[in-house]
Amino acid sequence: MSNLLIMPILIPLFTGIILIFFANSIKVQRYISGFSALLAIAVSAVLATQVYNDGIQTMNVSNWEAPFGITLVSDMLSALLVLTTSVIAAACLFYSFRSIGEDREKFYYYSIFNFLIVGVNGAFTTGDIFNLFVFFEVMLMASYVLLVLGGTKIQLRESIKYILVNVISSALFVISVAFLYSVVGTLNMAHISVRIAEAGNHGILTVIAVLFLIVFGLKGAIFPLYFWLPGSYYAPPAPVMALFGALLTKVGVYSIIRTYTLFFPHDIFTHDLLQVLSILTIVAGVIGAIAFNDIKKIIIYNIIIAVGVILFGVSIMTKESMTGSVFYLIHDMVIKAALFLIIGIIAKLAGTADLRKMGGLINKYPGLGWTFFIAALALAGIPPLSGFVGKLLIVRSGFESASFWGSGIVLMSSLFVLFSVMKIFMGAFWGSERAFKDEEKVPVKGLLAAPAILTAIAVLYGLGTEAIYPVISLAAETLTNPDIYINAVLKE
Amino acid sequence: MEILMSFLIGILFMTATYLMLSKSLLRIIIGTGLLSHGAHLLILTMGGLKRGAAPLLGEHAKSYVDPLPQALILTAIVISFGVTSFFLVLAYRAYQELGTDNMDRLRGKEGHE
Repeated sequence: MSNLLIMPILIPLFTGIILIFFANSIKVQRYISGFSALLAIAVSAVLATQVYNDGIQTMNVSNWEAPFGITLVSDMLSALLVLTTSVIAAACLFYSFRSIGEDREKFYYYSIFNFLIVGVNGAFTTGDIFNLFVFFEVMLMASYVLLVLGGTKIQLRESIKYILVNVISSALFVISVAFLYSVVGTLNMAHISVRIAEAGNHGILTVIAVLFLIVFGLKGAIFPLYFWLPGSYYAPPAPVMALFGALLTKVGVYSIIRTYTLFFPHDIFTHDLLQVLSILTIVAGVIGAIAFNDIKKIIIYNIIIAVGVILFGVSIMTKESMTGSVFYLIHDMVIKAALFLIIGIIAKLAGTADLRKMGGLINKYPGLGWTFFIAALALAGIPPLSGFVGKLLIVRSGFESASFWGSGIVLMSSLFVLFSVMKIFMGAFWGSERAFKDEEKVPVKGLLAAPAILTAIAVLYGLGTEAIYPVISLAAETLTNPDIYINAVLKE
Repeated sequence: MEILMSFLIGILFMTATYLMLSKSLLRIIIGTGLLSHGAHLLILTMGGLKRGAAPLLGEHAKSYVDPLPQALILTAIVISFGVTSFFLVLAYRAYQELGTDNMDRLRGKEGHE
């Protein structure tokens, strides 16, 4: 069935539309959205196996031939990311049931939630550069509303900044697409790649490549362009923060990976630039992660570190480093969602996000404590857990291609990541017990289910590396050899 | 003609940048409006400004102007229209709640409302 790859976009879209009609009945909203989240996981799992068995799946919307219509393309990387997105979305959704509160739920929370997933899945699946812009906007519009929904002062203040930054970066995206269209005269990504290869090494193409790096770097928070992220991600409630932290920046990272491997694979200058910027991103993230005593801030700066590590792997451009990056990308999405959800529980229990005002949680909540501990070790990349293999491959290929500084910094960053999350663990769970206000109201067991499942997935992902390796390596294969992608789309 | 348009778009971008760096929130939103005008005119210009009939098959002309950029602009216009109206309402709400439109005073210490 060739329509399968549009299902991860259609299911949340229709769910979102249907939910608009049930704004007052929270129970119906929960049942419908919960059911559709599980359905989405099943469908994207089927899609991933189909891509693994039969190769890249393409679908020409309305049967217009490839360069002329919009083509949806699902290669192994897209399929894996769509599957990861569905799993994270379901976890955040079930967490929302217990934590988000009626006044938000009545104001179309679940509709907007589903529209966000539409945007993310669409951005991962599309094969058309302008369509990517549109899906970006779908995702961003939903994120604006999720960020401000509830209307507290801090949310209003931070949404203004978040929207302003994204309006500017969207305008830049339109400008870059306009320049690219004037040079190559097409919008289909595979066709653009062919035309750029024909045009050869023009200065203007390098300029456009850097413009794309600025646009996607603004969305994905790389070094000089990450300044908006710590404030904006601080404002929303925990499940929204988990969605943002796990998905939104990774769409920017995915777009950088896609454009740099498909459009500009031979441009040495831009890859050097990407490498320098990714190293600086890691450094900036590390400084933030160890500087703060605020649990949310620490995890937020860890997003920036991870973006840097992934892009460092991409900038090396060997098969091994790409495999490492894809490994790390998927690991990071899952573990960041888990950590944000756990942090949400801790902040709720303690009534504050300040590390110096909490302590001694381990006696009362051992389950919470050890889940956080495992998730923290996985984040830092301790061997049997999920963060290890990705970083290992990235560092090894970094040394092989003589990027000693970068690889060294990636290794050092693990140490600081471990320090920053252990600071949370020791500060919040060890020490003398503090009197927390209204902790009886927090249903810890119900809330812990979703992050515990995500952590379990991360552990299995680490233990089952051997089994997963061929899948990830297939994804990296398409990235290092864009001809596979082009032939699948243009069917020459 | 393209050169003239490039100058015009450049002036629009310049004005937009200047306005977005100012203190008042309303000036910033006017800046985003000018920025999107510039971006849309840029798509039109980059698609080529050759002479030709409007893209209607009923015209029976020998050559038409490129229809693709026009479709892109139409899409970009409605998107930026939606975002701008959301932004304006947000600015209104923020003015009601926070009592200021000065971006310098929209800081506040993190976490403390």
